[in-house]
Amino acid sequence: MTIHNLYMFDRHGVLMYYGEWNRKRQSGMTIEEEAKLMYGMLYSIRNFVNKMSPVDVREGFQCYRTSKYVLNYFETPSGVKFVMNTDLHSQGVRELLQQINSQIYIEYCVKNPAYRSGETIQCELFKTKLDELVKQSPIFKG
Amino acid sequence: MAIYSIYILSKSGGLIYQYDHTSIKVEVEKTFSYPLDIQLTEKNKRIVVAYGQKDGINIGHILLAVNGSQLNGTSLGDGQEVTAFLANESNYPVNLKFGRPKLSTNDKMFLASGFYSFYLIARQLSPVLASSGIEFLEADTFKLHGFQTLTGIQFLIVTEPNQMNVEHLLRRVYELYADFALKNPFYSLEMPIRCEKFESNLRLVLEQQEESSVNTA
Repeated sequence: MTIHNLYMFDRHGVLMYYGEWNRKRQSGMTIEEEAKLMYGMLYSIRNFVNKMSPVDVREGFQCYRTSKYVLNYFETPSGVKFVMNTDLHSQGVRELLQQINSQIYIEYCVKNPAYRSGETIQCELFKTKLDELVKQSPIFKG
Repeated sequence: MAIYSIYILSKSGGLIYQYDHTSIKVEVEKTFSYPLDIQLTEKNKRIVVAYGQKDGINIGHILLAVNGSQLNGTSLGDGQEVTAFLANESNYPVNLKFGRPKLSTNDKMFLASGFYSFYLIARQLSPVLASSGIEFLEADTFKLHGFQTLTGIQFLIVTEPNQMNVEHLLRRVYELYADFALKNPFYSLEMPIRCEKFESNLRLVLEQQEESSVNTA
């Protein structure tokens, strides 16, 4: 089990934070380009899921799986989007994303008076705490 | 346990076959008094809920019937425009029926080619080497299982979240495609599949699958 990378988007689709741990392949684009492509795809997938669903959706899209990785998606009610790529055997990634939101993002960014929403996260404390949480999680260690 | 629908995409991303097995009707009827407390707009010749979702009537639902009579586009059975009818206070209280819009053939083609592009982008954005595209997609109300053959044809099955054994079903549908569409001398590649035998056998396989999953459940 392993975690590859994490993207965080704000409600307007701006990349707030990108972190990577065990990424084995680069897409050959700059991270800005890659984030745009990623957000564009997620936006379309959300629309796709809304239309494809036989009944009205609540949370909508949750994850997709390819032959080599799983993309986990979690959106908070305020529109902050967490996207984490893991390998195929990882369990409980959604809970981890919820933890990242409540224990790291809220605590060290939202409550930080120097942080302005819609900007790239610069806060060092956020970065170290996030790294700690991710490295402690059973998904990363396993 | 239910299988909602099956899509078959050609190697260039076009929809060549679609079949709805189980469809769920989402319809809500409610009596309203004047003034109407939900906002309606006209979109693609349909009356759509734009604001004020409540009691199971959600944004995106379309107006199906007024006082029990079906709508014809945006006009009532007698030819009167719905918006004019609903603006008139003397017509209240009025009973309105709303429902989730059904996918049109155009919508389905649009969705299928949309999926094809996600498939390619997912491969491009992969953090690991030699990944395929999307093979499985999960939402809170359904699951979508995909299978791409070596020749590039994609089979998609949309099921309920707890449906089991879909991988096997995908292979069965592939077999049926090979037997009844590809081996049909009148079938040309990349074109929509219109073969009665294919369709009847597909229906049979889906019914068998549902029976077996009921038995094991």
